[in-house]
Amino acid sequence: MPQCMTSIGIDLGSRTAKYVILNQSGLVAFQVMDGGVHPLEKLRRALEKEGIMKAAGRPGIVATGYGRHLARKDLADQTITEIKAFALGAHYLYPDVRMVIDIGGQDTKVIALDGNGSFDNFGINDRCAAGTGRFLEIMAHSFEIDIGQFGAFALTAGGLIKVTSMCTVFAESEVISLLAKGEDPQSIALGVHQSVVERIETMINRLGRRRPILFAGGGALNPCLVKLLEDRLGGNLIVPENPQIIGALGAAVYALKQESGVRSREPEARSQESGESDQWPVISGQ
Amino acid sequence: MWRSLNIDLDPHCNLLNVLGQVYSDIYLKQDNRPEAMEYFDFVLSEVHGLRIRELLEHKARGGFIAGAFCLFIPDELILAAGGLPIGLCGGADLTISKAEEYLPRNICPLIKSSVGFKLAKICPYFESADFLLGETTCDGKKKAWEILNDFVPTRVVQVPHRKDDAGRGVYRAELDRLVKMLEEAGRTKISFDAVKKAIELMNNKRRALARLYETRKCQPSPISGKDALLISQVAFYDDVARFTASVDKLTGELTGRIAQGISPFAKDAPRIMLSGCPSVVPNWKLHHIIESLGAAVVVEEACTGTRYFETLVDESAADLNAQLDALAQRYLSINCSCFTPNHERTEQIIQYAQEYHADGVIYNTLQFCHTYNVEYARVEKALKEAGFPVLKIETDYTAEDAGQIQTRIEAFLERIKP
Ligand code: SF4
Ligand code: SF4
Repeated sequence: MPQCMTSIGIDLGSRTAKYVILNQSGLVAFQVMDGGVHPLEKLRRALEKEGIMKAAGRPGIVATGYGRHLARKDLADQTITEIKAFALGAHYLYPDVRMVIDIGGQDTKVIALDGNGSFDNFGINDRCAAGTGRFLEIMAHSFEIDIGQFGAFALTAGGLIKVTSMCTVFAESEVISLLAKGEDPQSIALGVHQSVVERIETMINRLGRRRPILFAGGGALNPCLVKLLEDRLGGNLIVPENPQIIGALGAAVYALKQESGVRSREPEARSQESGESDQWPVISGQ
Repeated sequence: MWRSLNIDLDPHCNLLNVLGQVYSDIYLKQDNRPEAMEYFDFVLSEVHGLRIRELLEHKARGGFIAGAFCLFIPDELILAAGGLPIGLCGGADLTISKAEEYLPRNICPLIKSSVGFKLAKICPYFESADFLLGETTCDGKKKAWEILNDFVPTRVVQVPHRKDDAGRGVYRAELDRLVKMLEEAGRTKISFDAVKKAIELMNNKRRALARLYETRKCQPSPISGKDALLISQVAFYDDVARFTASVDKLTGELTGRIAQGISPFAKDAPRIMLSGCPSVVPNWKLHHIIESLGAAVVVEEACTGTRYFETLVDESAADLNAQLDALAQRYLSINCSCFTPNHERTEQIIQYAQEYHADGVIYNTLQFCHTYNVEYARVEKALKEAGFPVLKIETDYTAEDAGQIQTRIEAFLERIKP
């Protein structure tokens, strides 16, 4: 056995690339960067800076995300899907979590966890962009607002103007014509967020609602999404400090497990709510 | 030969090139293939060659060719009237844009592809068919026949939506009509002896397929799901007796492979059952994605699968009338999603999942196929209750969602075999 067990998880998303370095005592380092044209190259350089090279005796590297198979060729040893990675990452931080919402660049997914850090069901948006980060980005663009500010902007709304189109392209023209009519921009922005949240709620209900729910991915940085989701789901969401690295963290957890069979550490913050489940039998492992 | 068929040559040539490349990538590169697959590779390589010649020779001898798209058209009656039944395909993306000049975009790709084949005049089977036999199993097809009828005579058999006495009566009466129509086409009387021979011929084919599928219950399965799918697809247009013999030969080889433990799969490869819409030639998309991820497709609950062969026609009928009853009986036992209510199909799915030791079920539906898509809700519930994980994939013939589908299936495999 190697003496110092370190593992690396990388998550090549459609918009951002992330890495997490983990050892048995916890998180060593992580970074979230814009994907750009050569996300793999960027990742490699960043990892080299951390002193990690693809060489004999290197720690295990597991890739996840949209570009995982790309990474497999010369950077990673193994790949796992985003779904498994989010499940592992969420469970690592909060073993109680029974559902994970991830709003990423190109997909939005909801994952139902059993008690052991494995998932037993999941849903992903289908090929269209409705309900994804990309959808919000395009909408923010119509308001000429930076995506990072879009949620805060919507939260200042005095009212709510519904956006009825599901399709990204139609929703965009709907927003533009509402703005042209002189409607309150904040209220329209709130409507845009609302439509994303409704989609997610449907996905959650389809799987059968479970608690507690962790909100991960870039979407969790948006305070309006967090608030609307909490309102609709009737309870607090767990939003981790760095929601974008949950996938990479899960990949690193997997890598570490592969090498050492290590068990997940005890959580610092246990959520208050009990693991209630509406339809789904929760496999009671712990 | 092509000119006589009025085929549009350039696109046809293009089709063959694409098909050849895809086929070699998907099929010929598989590890550990049974030798007897050679026959099916050959049939497919000659799909637009020798087999078409045979059909044309049949026509030259005074026979006719009837094209169909669905299991509810009894091959036995076509054969008994001196015709050759051909299952027409509609599994290629290539012809869809052509069809969209006539058809709405949001209709199932199977319908669009097949109508497109006719409009583009690139399928020699379509072009050699004297007429088509449609059915009323779904609204899309029902209306598409009206359009196709402008290009090639298309007769429609009414398939009822309920398997009760009234429904049986409708279908049985339709068989009488079909007999008359086929007698005209074949300029002959359909005789008791001819039907008897055809029933035996078709039953033998079904038995051969059932024996083949039996081998897939072994762990690991001695044959890839892709190869099995190909055989099911070839079943729709190959010569019946020759096909039956070739399947038997393959099954013999597979039995030997089982004894020696030879398989294209790893010993612990997850076993997947596919359930749902037919995958007609050259739609190999889902099988290919699943098996490329290291899982084994061990059974297809589909028309290109178990539905095609699962029940036999009673061979003991004493006169033509009883033969028609027996045919009606068998054909209406097919568990298609077009029926309501339809518990039989759900029960059968569970039964297959158990018999084939499936670790999980992937429910395959074509986009906009309402009957299979909607029926999923009930099937999903039943499978979960029976303890089988299930994943629904809704797709069409394009490659654009392949990455997405791969992620879903990969995650599904991670879940069933962590
Ligand atoms: S699914 Fe039903 S309607 Fe479609 S081809 Fe099969 S039997 Fe016919
Ligand atoms: S796949 Fe569904 S919609 Fe398409 S032809 Fe068959 S039954 Fe009709």
